[in-house]
Amino acid sequence: MIKIFLPYKIRETLDVPTEIEAQGSNLRNLIDNIEGMYPGVKDHLVDEGKLRPGMSAVIDGKTTRLGLIHKLDNVSEIHFLPSIAGGRK
Amino acid sequence: MVSTPENKNYKVIGTRPIRHDGYDKVTGRAQYGADIKLPGMLIGAVVRSPHAHARIKSIDTSEAERLDGVFAVMTAKDLPRLGDVVRGNSEESGSEKHLSENVMAFDKVLYKGHVVAGVAAKDQNTAFEAAKKIKVDYEILKPVIDVDQAMSKDAPILHEDYTCDHLGKEVKNSNVAAHVRHENGDLENGFDKADLVVEKEVDMQTVHQGYIEPHSGTAVWDEEDRVKVWTSTQGSFAVRDSVSKVLDLDVSRVKVTPMEIGGGFGGKIPIYLEPISAVLSRKTRRPVKTMMSRTDVFDATGPGPGGKVKVKIGIDADGKILAAYADIRLEAGAYPEAFIEAAAKCVFSCYDVPAMKIDAYDVLVNKPSSAPYRAPASPQVAFATETVVDEICKIKGYDPIDFRLLNVAEKGTRTALGPKYRTIGLKECLEAAKKSDHWKSNLNSNPKTGKKRGRGIASGYWFNIGFKSSVNLSLNPDGKVALIEGSTDIGGSRASIAMQAAEVLGIPAEDVRPSVVDTDSIGITDVTGGSRTTYATGYAAYNAAHKLIEEIIEKAALKWDISKDQIEYSDGVVKSKTDSELKMTLKEIADDPPGGPIVSSASVDLEEAGGGFAVHIADLEIDEETGKTDVVNYTAIQDVGKAIHPSYVEGQMQGGAAQGIGWALNEEYFMSDDGVMLNSSYLDYRMPIALDLPMINTIMVEVPSEEHPYGVRGVGEPPIVPPVPAIGNAINDALGLRLLSTPMKPSRITEALKRKK
Repeated sequence: MIKIFLPYKIRETLDVPTEIEAQGSNLRNLIDNIEGMYPGVKDHLVDEGKLRPGMSAVIDGKTTRLGLIHKLDNVSEIHFLPSIAGGRK
Repeated sequence: MVSTPENKNYKVIGTRPIRHDGYDKVTGRAQYGADIKLPGMLIGAVVRSPHAHARIKSIDTSEAERLDGVFAVMTAKDLPRLGDVVRGNSEESGSEKHLSENVMAFDKVLYKGHVVAGVAAKDQNTAFEAAKKIKVDYEILKPVIDVDQAMSKDAPILHEDYTCDHLGKEVKNSNVAAHVRHENGDLENGFDKADLVVEKEVDMQTVHQGYIEPHSGTAVWDEEDRVKVWTSTQGSFAVRDSVSKVLDLDVSRVKVTPMEIGGGFGGKIPIYLEPISAVLSRKTRRPVKTMMSRTDVFDATGPGPGGKVKVKIGIDADGKILAAYADIRLEAGAYPEAFIEAAAKCVFSCYDVPAMKIDAYDVLVNKPSSAPYRAPASPQVAFATETVVDEICKIKGYDPIDFRLLNVAEKGTRTALGPKYRTIGLKECLEAAKKSDHWKSNLNSNPKTGKKRGRGIASGYWFNIGFKSSVNLSLNPDGKVALIEGSTDIGGSRASIAMQAAEVLGIPAEDVRPSVVDTDSIGITDVTGGSRTTYATGYAAYNAAHKLIEEIIEKAALKWDISKDQIEYSDGVVKSKTDSELKMTLKEIADDPPGGPIVSSASVDLEEAGGGFAVHIADLEIDEETGKTDVVNYTAIQDVGKAIHPSYVEGQMQGGAAQGIGWALNEEYFMSDDGVMLNSSYLDYRMPIALDLPMINTIMVEVPSEEHPYGVRGVGEPPIVPPVPAIGNAINDALGLRLLSTPMKPSRITEALKRKK
């Protein structure tokens, strides 16, 4: 099982524990499985078939650039976080 | 230089060749934004609001339009009204509506200098004269110019229609555009068990990036509704995307040519004048160039956010950090985004903290919309954290390096936002600081001058972004390689990218000739910012060079009629593995290669480079009578991953330190109560010059990044993070005064000394 950490505001809004566990062959599949456990989470993470603008997924310390198609082989933890960049507004 | 764990025998990397663009720049041949001249070109000028906060009741352009030599006048009515759509998932994310409104105000001006109209005329004097004839009727509103005013009850609201996000709740009529929170571990328990808890709040003033070259934007709108733009920017594709949004055009209708750039530090990522020149060109069917003065740059372009940061840290009896809390309130300026997520990521980044909570507030104020400034928001939060750490060390008598080593963040440490660090080099930086000549030197705390001396140390972090880059290579008939890239070169990146291709190809750096080209001539390349360029575009060059070798081997196989498996390439020579007679130099294979020219291309979309850390040591000498502070010795230590061109890495470390020293000692937006910046010139906005600073010593620590074949990390941003707290800690060491507001200028020092007496 992969340990999943969701942003504070999603946890507060949907009453999700700090740390949950889920599985999935890729990020899309994993989010679908989380949605099954905590309805409403997917809307916060996905928009128009892609990771929602402003949302990033950090998979074992590395922010994925592949988005929902990122395969989850031998992954131990995923943090969904507001995306941060050094760029413009 | 300190290298760990191994020093590979590179032939090009780690050398110091003359930069490819050096001669053009020192001889004045290089063309910067305002240098462009096009046939029939008109000059644009804009009308800026004299008020920090006002409603636009009407704009009368008739008198300007009648002026001889005026070709066109525009207001926001000539721009499409955009919805509040959030774009992208990278450094280009943001609200389209706010992007457009910041270019030209529609209904309300939100800072002094906000553009309300534009003109195009035959020359600059006529354009300025016409701009003066545009009459704007304002309903003046009370401004808010700092976070305390903006967050106070009954504060005037900047955006009445904006839906703010407070921990997931939608809130209207607030100047807090966003409140975010991060928490890990049991904070209450950590503070309950603490042997010592120290809390401080710092107040950072708004500062400007202070690039030498002011903004400009030149555009031609042709008969096919295609827009060509020439500008000084950190990201031609970012300009293309922003201009296309503001003008509601497909991106393929916009072509952006980046000119040379005279400094940016993050502030040349947003757009300002480009859409205005484009609309004026559409109206006149002639090229239009619009430029800013220095005052325009201060009044209306992105400063780094000021704000207040409170940090509280609890330690156990052995000096281990148990818990930490941060309350971060930063000025977004007129439109949301004060880089509060970056602030949250950086605030406790140097330490292993088992329990923490961070509240961060994105606060709207009547100042120009803040823009990235070198490690956006990290210096602001480091001032608070490193001040608290210094205070803990003073109270407990700890050596400040030993305390930091005891609590150091390293590989596997969980960061403030949750994920664990991959390989990082903070520990190695602290060890290098401890061994440095500077740290071991005698401070001479009572010099003959009668002034007081003090030494301060601080650490800092920036996370380095990755993202998209593209590189094309072509082998010329003379055996030299042309490298085409889209990364505008601010700090020597032509050299650092070409050197990575040269290393792969085994040829001198001078034999790879880099060119930065327009958006129609290379694949998408994200901004030169976030310390990403040498890492990401360099990675693309590395990949493209390997592909070029594959091409070379394929052509040699065709020419010699043998299998590719029988051919090898090294150091600019392709040869048969079995027949010593069969070999060719690059020049020989490039001269009429079978099947067409030898070319390659590569693109990448990368994750973060693993983060960079810096540790700075500052020695100050302070005149207690006048409060004048001189930096007498300064050392910057930094984990640079692998220094591709060490001179440019040292330059980044020294430049970042110099800017940070300016924040600490001199720089501020000095604002009137009605929201007008009163020091909008370089005479009054006092940045350090060479005469103000000693030679800044550098110690490069090389802990290679796991994410790059040569171990590259971004180096441009970490060095601006430690200077403010290092200077503050040195003042405390010298005078026993804990100054918590920037700038720590002479008057602030003498006032504090008076209070102490």
